[in-house]
Amino acid sequence: MAMLSATGLTKTFGALVAVNNVSFEVEQGEILGLIGPNGSGKSTIFNCIAGMYAPSAGSIRFQGDEIAGLTADRVCHKGIGRTFQIPRPFRNLSLLENVALSAYFGQDRSASRSNCWRAAEQALELVGLPSDAHSTTAGLGAAALKKLELARAIATQPRLLLADESLNGLDHHEMEQAADMLQRIRRDMGITIVWVEHIMGVLMRVVDRVVVLDHGEIIFVGGPSAAQTDARVVEVYLGTSEQPAGAA
Amino acid sequence: MIRISRPALVGLALLGVLPFVIRLLFSGSEKYYLHLLIQILLWSFIYTGWSLMGRFGLTSLGHGAFTGIGAYATVLLWNFAGLTPWLGIPIGVAVAAIVALLVGYPCFRLRITGHYFALLTLALTEFVRLCIVGWRDYTGGSLGTQPKRYGDGISLYAMQFEPDRVLSYYIALALWLFGLYVWVRVDRSMDRYALDAASQDEDAAASVGIHVTRERLKVTALSAAMCALGGAVFAQYQMYIGPDTIAGLGVSLNIVFAVIAGGMWVLLGPTVGAVFTQVLSEGLRVTIQGSATLKAWFGSAAFALDTAIYGLLLVLFIIYMPRGILGTLIERRRRSDAVAARGSERTNASLAANGKRP
Repeated sequence: MAMLSATGLTKTFGALVAVNNVSFEVEQGEILGLIGPNGSGKSTIFNCIAGMYAPSAGSIRFQGDEIAGLTADRVCHKGIGRTFQIPRPFRNLSLLENVALSAYFGQDRSASRSNCWRAAEQALELVGLPSDAHSTTAGLGAAALKKLELARAIATQPRLLLADESLNGLDHHEMEQAADMLQRIRRDMGITIVWVEHIMGVLMRVVDRVVVLDHGEIIFVGGPSAAQTDARVVEVYLGTSEQPAGAA
Repeated sequence: MIRISRPALVGLALLGVLPFVIRLLFSGSEKYYLHLLIQILLWSFIYTGWSLMGRFGLTSLGHGAFTGIGAYATVLLWNFAGLTPWLGIPIGVAVAAIVALLVGYPCFRLRITGHYFALLTLALTEFVRLCIVGWRDYTGGSLGTQPKRYGDGISLYAMQFEPDRVLSYYIALALWLFGLYVWVRVDRSMDRYALDAASQDEDAAASVGIHVTRERLKVTALSAAMCALGGAVFAQYQMYIGPDTIAGLGVSLNIVFAVIAGGMWVLLGPTVGAVFTQVLSEGLRVTIQGSATLKAWFGSAAFALDTAIYGLLLVLFIIYMPRGILGTLIERRRRSDAVAARGSERTNASLAANGKRP
């Protein structure tokens, strides 16, 4: 049985159909890329899974339970962690407090206080954030803020991680590092990952499968190499039937 | 377990002997000064209760309703049902907490915070005030009412202590310390981090598993309960309650202004706010209303002059000192400490560069 399955998922905003009757599955232990150009509906799907939006129609089942329409905190307690496309740290808290909060509230039953501080330290260490965990987020660069997002999500001890445009705003070296980190999280912690991204090059190296969206509908599901040669995917990305840049 | 620092212990000891110092220094007017101190302590407790939620961006203008509910429930149950305040106060506190939950739930569920939350809670205050005024057969309407005096006015059963100012002082002191204890407990809890996070980014807070509505309801109920308790004890001390003295918009605004003036993000901020506002309004009242010149200039308007100046000063505070008196002082101290630390680091670095040990 798939870990997560979306069936007939639809989300409308007034007359705008952002996601139209989308169905896909996420298998246990895989890294699934959810890609598509801007406005294709990938972030809307993401937000429907994470509990930010209630779907207009359709079902989302996670490990057998229906989660469509649950609030974000309950989705988190079910075992789904998420990061945000634009990092949203709690700027009035220190790095450690940011992550300890996730460790404490991230599960259905609150962790013990001492355990949550320890878990926060471990999560910060895992993502490689600076040693001064007691400093605030002021002055942190894009890469460090992305790492903090990741640490915060991991500290909730998710079984499924929704990573939203983790490469956005990073230079090439940082992108490679971020991709390696996601692989490490899957390998060492056994966390299944759904990765929303529009930068295809690095993503294609890491993912097991991709779901490609366009105008709120799925146009391709399959392996990354097949996606790179699929005529519709190439057309959606480049408007021509040439291969997308960095896809090789 | 809360550890108390040495300066705090000294401060506590000083507060413990303060009534006797006042008796020595102002033997003729000790009652007046003790009254001022009791007022400061009781309002500090109420302000501390408000700041529990105010510091997390939940700016309530409804706490005048909670102090009113606490005071009126206690007094009416005593006057008309003969129920001792030992039971009346918990009932009043519980009613205030339930009202807070009933108003808070739809607000937090529908994400009504900021200005709209302030307006909604303002409506609650006015609603409670109108109920008090309208239910005049019991409450005395806009003239207010008094708890029935029990015996000579000092009674454990009736929780009456007003004639003994020293006893009243220690009761107010104990209540104030209890308020500080609650503040520290909240400050050191994980809920505080959750509320801090939610005040900054509600979606991000929910995404890490924080039940934002539940967290806000918890602190709102606690804050309302504290204010109701403060209102009830205030009624027992004043032996008079009126819709303008312990309930209503005026009380709500005084609470908010005083906490802003003192500083809502630091433990003693609300207390400093209470000292500042009480001393200021009392000082202005005595100075202005006692001045024949001002009376000659302004006529009967002189009686409102103290309130006008008080209001103006508070507006200036809000504009130029948003962190409050204590908050600003602590911030300045921190900054100068940081500058000093950087200076000594630089000196050490230059000594090291010259081959000398710092």
